[in-house]
Formats: sequence, structure tokens, C-alpha cells
Amino acid sequence: MKKGIIKILQRVDQILLFVLMIVAVSSTLISCRKTQMIVPSTNTNVGPGESGDIKGFFLLNEGNMGSNKATLDYYDYQTGIYQKNIFAVRNPDVARELGDVGNDLQIYGSKLYAVINCSHFVEVMDVRTARHISQISIPNCRYITFSGKYAYVSSYAGPVEIDPNARLGYVAKIDTATLQVIDECIVGYQPEEMVVVGNKLYVANSGGYRVPNYDNTVSVIDLNTFTVTKTITVAINLHRMEVDRYGMIYVSSRGDYYDVPSMTFIIDSKTDEVVKSLELLPNSEMAIAGDSLYIYSSYWSYITNTQTVNYAIYNVKTHEVETRSFIKDGTDGQIKVPYGIAVNKKAGEFFVTDAKDYVTPGKLYCFNLDGTLKWSVTTGDIPAHFAFTTVALE
Amino acid sequence: MRMKRVFKINSFSFLSFLLLYFSSLSVTYANTCFHRDTNLSLFTQDTIRNKSADTLSEVTIVAKRLVKEVLPVQTLTGNTLKKLNAYSVADAVRYFAGVQIKDYGGIGGLKTVNIRSLGSQHVGVFYDGIQIGNAQNGVVDLGRFSLENMEAVTLYNGQKSAIFQPAKDFASASAMYLHTRVPYFYSGKRYNLTLGIKGGSFGTIDPSFVWEYKLSDKISLSASGEYMYTNGRYRFTYSTAGGYDTTATRRNGDVRMERIEAALFGKLAKGEWKIKTYFYDSQRGYPGASVREEPGKFSHQDRQWDDNFFSQATLRLDFTRFYNVMFNAKYAYDYLHYLSDPRQDVTTMYVNNHFRQQEIYGSVAHLFNINEWWNLSLSNDYQWNKLNADLLDFAYPVRNSLLTAVATSVSFKRLKVQASLLHTYVKDRTRISEAQAGTKAKFTPSVVVSYKPFGEKIDLSVRAFYKRIFRLPTFNDLYYTFIGNRNLNPEFTTQYDIGITYRRDFSGKILKYLEGQVDGYYNVVDDKIIAIPTSNQFRWTMMNYGHVKIRGIDASLEAFSTALHPVDLRVRVTYTYQKAQDFTDKSSEWYGGQIPYIPWHSGTALATIDYRGWSLNYSFIYTGERYESVANIPENYALAWYTSDVGLSKAFDFKKFTMRATLEVNNIFNQQYEVVQCYPMPGTNFKIKLNFLF
Repeated sequence: MKKGIIKILQRVDQILLFVLMIVAVSSTLISCRKTQMIVPSTNTNVGPGESGDIKGFFLLNEGNMGSNKATLDYYDYQTGIYQKNIFAVRNPDVARELGDVGNDLQIYGSKLYAVINCSHFVEVMDVRTARHISQISIPNCRYITFSGKYAYVSSYAGPVEIDPNARLGYVAKIDTATLQVIDECIVGYQPEEMVVVGNKLYVANSGGYRVPNYDNTVSVIDLNTFTVTKTITVAINLHRMEVDRYGMIYVSSRGDYYDVPSMTFIIDSKTDEVVKSLELLPNSEMAIAGDSLYIYSSYWSYITNTQTVNYAIYNVKTHEVETRSFIKDGTDGQIKVPYGIAVNKKAGEFFVTDAKDYVTPGKLYCFNLDGTLKWSVTTGDIPAHFAFTTVALE
Repeated sequence: MRMKRVFKINSFSFLSFLLLYFSSLSVTYANTCFHRDTNLSLFTQDTIRNKSADTLSEVTIVAKRLVKEVLPVQTLTGNTLKKLNAYSVADAVRYFAGVQIKDYGGIGGLKTVNIRSLGSQHVGVFYDGIQIGNAQNGVVDLGRFSLENMEAVTLYNGQKSAIFQPAKDFASASAMYLHTRVPYFYSGKRYNLTLGIKGGSFGTIDPSFVWEYKLSDKISLSASGEYMYTNGRYRFTYSTAGGYDTTATRRNGDVRMERIEAALFGKLAKGEWKIKTYFYDSQRGYPGASVREEPGKFSHQDRQWDDNFFSQATLRLDFTRFYNVMFNAKYAYDYLHYLSDPRQDVTTMYVNNHFRQQEIYGSVAHLFNINEWWNLSLSNDYQWNKLNADLLDFAYPVRNSLLTAVATSVSFKRLKVQASLLHTYVKDRTRISEAQAGTKAKFTPSVVVSYKPFGEKIDLSVRAFYKRIFRLPTFNDLYYTFIGNRNLNPEFTTQYDIGITYRRDFSGKILKYLEGQVDGYYNVVDDKIIAIPTSNQFRWTMMNYGHVKIRGIDASLEAFSTALHPVDLRVRVTYTYQKAQDFTDKSSEWYGGQIPYIPWHSGTALATIDYRGWSLNYSFIYTGERYESVANIPENYALAWYTSDVGLSKAFDFKKFTMRATLEVNNIFNQQYEVVQCYPMPGTNFKIKLNFLF
């Protein structure tokens, strides 16, 4: 018995040697390698398809910083098909796909503008094809808005003064015909979202690079002269902006994640004064539809190390909180980190995205206006920014 | 008779193998390979230089055969280590089974090691016997350790197979020992001097020296120094099938570093001692993630300056057969300055931070040899760590740790058993009141069993180990402003391993020896500390959230042949299989997905041919397909990569010295690959090395 085992073990030598040979020889023979494939888009049928003025919407997924994973999705109302990751297949010649951190998405005229924060440019696409037209170089660009024949992009990267920590941001003015930056206007520290009311551009300044010395102002730019004509003091760490049909501007403050909570403020664009402070309306992002201002808040506290999520609808006519929970069927329990919101009142629905853990694909939830779930679908990483289109994507 | 027949078959297969491989080469020098049990030695590797007839050949004793070990061990020593086309310890460690190197590219890029997918913070790295600490972030950048004065790099799963060691040596899930050269003098010689210079791609220049001096029969001195500069620039290409093909140059990857170390070695009538001082100074740029950008428009300009200093001493006294004692002590100071300046790079935020860490460490280990087959040990370690940083609202933590280990080993002819129990007590204090993490006190065990079913007849042993150990949350995990979370618990690992080692020495001409080992393992990581984003993706925090299970196989095989003497061939291959799954969140779509950057299959091959002072080295590394996120979908798919490196060296003897010249070509097929997403690795690159041995 034992001798038998010993015999087998001696044959093990030969077997091992043989394996060794195979491995060594095969290793040298390998020399050609597959090329990286273009990641195809994924189609998911989520709805029956319906007609309407709005033919679809684009959804920009931010992608985690430093991973070059900003992606673009498209939902087609007519077919009810959700297409995940359409930019790469439609633009195989654009090197390194969409870029790093998609921070804003808007449609203006026949073009789709995606602000790619850490790639330092605005990607301009044809809204009908999502094909690349051009890119507009703006370092550390954040958000985009439009008025007349111009686009306005906020950027953190203003001129550096003697103190490198005290560095103002600016707004770049872009001619939408030539897609060239034609002017710049210095604003506050680390400017974020903007709104245009009449001939004025309002810019929310965060000062996020200057912790704990946050900025607390909104800069008002006269679009004729493209200079700051007024600076309104609001609250620390301002971020989002929406304007209602009565000329009231809603501004969100992120708070400081410690003692100062997130809040919402109202500026009257006629007087450019803060007319209301909504201390009990924490605000991470808003979407306005008619008189309803949809707000979600996911507030992180470094004191308790917990995340608090809130949803609310604020009526901009009556100035009252209509509801403190607009998702009525319990789906909000599945949403870990709400990260984007949009309303399509005509289609009778609103959308909330879930960024989950930021490093895996997120989820898009479509709700009926009564707060019941219509459908949901897996998106790219960190789904965040919506742009509804009246022209269907080809 | 039986032996003869085996050899016949072996010789045939081996010969055909050689012909296949190196048909044009023909024949000798004998590489002596012998063994010394060094369990009780401070220095696990010794070097002897044999003055043979016409060549001064450095022959390294492979101090530990695998079969002598009760825990899985892999080692690269002396000549094998020197012949690797490697800049640093990190490059060498890639040849071990079960190891994944996280490499951010270039000579200056951060290189950390992840063993059996437990995570890089679970690897204890020991420099000449004492652990290199980094209380700030818990990882050691192996790219900073030069191979120039390195004698051996040894990796243990679990811990070193010895019980007579500091408590710290029991305190990590895997342990890597870096052993620098120990002076050895030929009869009549009072000194050794090695001068080296390396240069090559990326504008690299790297002069170094190792000087050893015999002060007396009992005391010797060693000093070693090195300077390195590289501009870090290399071209890289990204392309897709039928799509774009773009090439750019990696910038801001320059490194300048100086290293100087000195050591005194002493022998006592009953024992030995060693004192070592080390200083490393560097300045480097961060090339950053390579993402879509307008070519050449903006370039990263952020920089980092490092100073690392430590001084350490070891004393071992072998009082009696019954009782031995060992003392270890260390002081370390680490300085890090990071600067990101928008005046240099308009896209960036201004960051200018300085971090200063200090460590004081002391250890006493006792060994009691109760009888021939039974040993007991007791070790007590104390460690003090402090971190200062000019971060906003920084907590200024100080950590006091007390580690106590009791261990026992029982060895019979066929059976060896080791068991240890470690107690860790950690108390943090912070300058800001109420900011400190809670006190932690934990017991963690390990058990190792090794059995030789055939006794001395066949060098085969079966072994198994169980170990439970944790890593503490680092100072960054706990106290980094805006990120740290002081409520963190330790991150636990549990390892189960079963393996076989086999070695056979041959007296014939064909094969000198054949050695192999296979281990299967099951690891669990609980309470894994992971970064969780908060309100937005620019703000993260740390949480005990992750749960990972790893099932794997590590295999390695090594053979040495003199069949075509004087052409001698040494071959070493490794293979690793790992199924490392994330079981953090049952409700997640990606529950059970393979964790990021862990390939299912990976392997290496090393072949060295020696012929009359010539040496040809071929090395191959294969990393199979893997995903960059736990979402195992096409968007996160990473192609397999494999590189082939070739090195040729020749020793020339002169009257007063020997010169060894080496030419290395790395990544000969110019494969464009990434180890870490958005961090492209260099294509084909060259290096020329000259070493002068006086």
C-alpha cells in the first residue's frame, strides 16, 4: 500500500514537470491580445410607449471622479425603451468616451450640452443623434444655462490671486452659434447653479473650496453689460437654483454638514432681496412644475454620521409645504441616496434617481404624480441630470 | 533501480523542454543550495561568497525550504531577486502566488500589495525584522523599497512559522519580510564594496553603493545609499476595436529620492545584536487619473514630499538551552507634505497639508524550550503613535497599543503544531476632547498543523492553518477631517488554509531539485472599512460596511536543472485562482459580484539560464480578466494583461573587482494596459545596470 503511494508520488514529478513545461511554453506563445471593445448600449423596455410633445429625455450619469465614467442614457417615450450608455456607441471616434464627472445636462436649440466637470469642457452634441459636434474648454466647469443666443457656464477656476485659497470663480459666456467663449465675468467663490430672469443672471456661490469660510452670496449679473451689478447675501454654501412663474428664485444652501442644516431661500427677482427663509425645508435639489416645487434632501451629518433623506412639495403660489412625502407607495424605502429629480407634468409623472453607493450602477424610478411607482430601470453610475427633448433621438 | 527509471523519463521530458525553449544555447557552474534551520536566527538569509577557480560567484543559501515551513511561504532570494527586471520590492512581489499589486504606474507611482484579496491594509511589512508602521493610512508603498541592497523578500500567509518573535509578528493577516544584506567576509577580507549604477527609460538614473566593513571578529558595519531620479514620462495608448486610437504622454510623474541606511551587526558568546538606521527622502509629482481631456491643455501639478526616518535595534540572548530572550526597539518619524496649487494647475483646488507621524516601539520576546519537542513563547510589545496634521479641526490623535502574544509549538517527527493567542489593547487620545475612538481590546487566535505522512522518506507535508486577526481603523479612517469616523470598529479577517508542499532533491545530473506547493483557502472579511459617499460624490466617509468571502487556490512550482551543464536552468511558475465575492448588501443587484480588481486567474513564470557568468532571465506575468467594480458588467470590464520581460547579464572579472553588466527590456510586446482604472502603465522600456564588486 505504502509502496504504491510512493510510486505514485514519484510519477508526480513527471506530471509536475510536464505542467511546468506547458505553462512556460504557452506563456511565450501568447503575444496578441484582444482590443478593448466599445461598450454597447443596453435597451430595456420599461413602458408601453405613448405619444406627446415630449419625445424623450436624456439622463447624464456623473460617474465617480477619476474613473472617466460619465455616461449618457436616453428614454424614448414613443417606444417605452430605455437605452443605457448611448454616447460610446454613437461616437466611436471620440477618444475616451464622454469623460470624467458629468455635472450638468441641458438642451438648447438643436444641441445637447453636457458639462463634464473633471474633463474641463462642455461636450456639445446634436440633440437628434447624440453625436459629438464640439467641445468647449472651460476648466472646472460646473453648470450651464441659456439666454438669447448665449450659453452661460459657471466655473470654479477664476484668476488666482496672491492667496491661492481666495480664488473667485467666473461665468463664461458662450456664443451658441460659434461655440466659442466670448466673455468671462468674475463672481463669488466656487459658483454653482444659475438662473436667468429677464435680463439678469443669478449665480449661487458656494465657497466649497474654502471650508469653513464658505461663500454666502448670490451674484447678480446684468446680461447687457455682463458685469455683476449686485451681490445678495443669503446663506452659506449655496448650490441649487430654480425660478417659478412669478419671478421668485429658490436657492438651496447645503449647510456645513455639522451645525448648520441645509435650507431653502426665496429671492424676489424684482427687488433682488431675500424674502423668505425656509429653515425647515432642507434641499439637495429641486424641480419645478407649474406651482409645485419638488424637493429632495439627503443631508449628511458629520456629528451623527448619518444620512437623513427628506422629500417635500412646496407650493410656490400659496407658499406652503403641500406634502412631506411625495413617494406614497413605500418605494422611497428602496432609494438609498436620491441624486436627481425631474417632473414631466404633461405625461403625469416625476422621476427620482438613486446613486446608491456611487461606484455601481444607479437606478431611475418613474412615478405617477400620485406618488406610485410606474417603472424603474438600472442606469449608469450616479444618475443625476435630466434633459427632456421634444425631438426624438434617431 | 526505481530512482533510475524516474530519472530517465525526467531527463527526456526535461531535455525536450529545453530544446523547445532555448535550442541554440549550450552549457556550468554549480549552484550550491543548502539548508540551515534559521528559526532561531535573527537573519533568515545568509550569504556566502565562494571564491571558485575563476569567478567570484555569489551563492545564496536558500535558507528555508518550503517543506520546513508549517505556514505557506514564498521567498525570492539573492540571485533570483537580483535577476528580476525589477526596480523595487513591489515589482518582485508580483511573482508570488496569491498576490495582487495595486500599481498606479511608473517608477514613482504608489504600489501596494493585496494578499489573497484581504486588502492591502492586512499586510504587515517587516524591514529587517521590525514592522514598518503607517498609523496614518495603514499601507506601505512597496515601490519605495529598492532591491539594491535587498537579500530576500519573503511572504507568509498568516504569519511567520516561528513562535519566537515579537507580538507584532502575530498581528497581521499576512506578513512580508524584507531582509537587507548581512555582511559576510571572505577569509582575510576586511571589507566589501559594491557600486552600482542604473539608467534607462523615463530618464531614470540611479547610482547606489553598499559598503561593508569588518570592525572585529564580532562586529561588522554596513552602509548603503542610493539616489534615484526619473522624469516619469512615458507614452501610452488607449484604443477600442473599430473606434478611437489615441496616444498621449504621462506627465508629472517625476520622482527624486535619496536613501541612506547604516547598520551594525554584532555577535555575542550567546546571542547577537543589530542596530539599524534608515533615512529616505523624496519628492514626486502625481500624474493623476488619465481621463478624457483636451490633449496637453491642463496637466496635473500636485506634488508630494516625504521624509521617512527610523532607527531600530535588536538583541537576542540565548541564555541557556531552556531560555532565550529577544529585545526589539524602534523609533520612526514620517513626514509628508502634499501641495496642490491652482497657480500651477488652474483646474485644481488649493491644498497644502503637512502630516507628521511618530512611532515608538518596544518588544520583549521570551522562548522557553521545555524539552526536545515542546516550546513556549511569550511576547510583549508596546507601541506609541502620534499624528499631527494641519487639517481643519484636526483631532491630533495619539495611540497607545499593548500587544501580548503567547504561543506554543510542538514538533514530533511527523507532526508539528503551533498555536498562538494574541491580545491587542488599543487606546486613542485626541487633543480635541471627545473626539477619540473607543478603546479596543481583542483576543485573536491562530492554529497551524503540519504533518509529514511519509516521514523523512518523502519530503511531502500536508498543512492547515486557521487564523483570525483584524486591522485597526487607521488615523485617516478615524480622524481625517470630513472623512474620518471615530465610531469605526476593527476590520476582521478569518483565514482557513489547507495545503501540500513537496520537495525532491535529485542526485542525478538532470534535475537538481523540484519543489512545489498548493494551497486552497477560504477567507472572510467582516466589518470591512469602506468609503461611503455622503451627500455628494466629493464628500465621503468611512463605515464598517463590507463583507467579503474569498475562495482561492495558490500554486507554485520551482525546478532547477543542470541537464545541459554548463547551461543551468531554473524555472519557477505560480498560478492563482480567486473567487472573491462581495456579500455586503443582500438587496443589491450586485450581491455576490467579484470584488474590484481581483482576477479569477493570474499567474507568473520565471526562467533563468546561467552559462559561464552569463545569465538570461525571462519573466512573465499574467493577470486575467476582472472588473473595476463589484458590478460585473461590460462597462466595468478590464481586459486581461500579460507582460514579458527579458534581462541579460554577464559578469566580468578584473584583477581588483568584478563587474556585472545587465541589460533589461521590459514589456517586450509593448502591451498597453492598466492595473488601476485610468492609470496607464508603461509600454516597452529599457534599463542598463552596471555593478562593481570590490
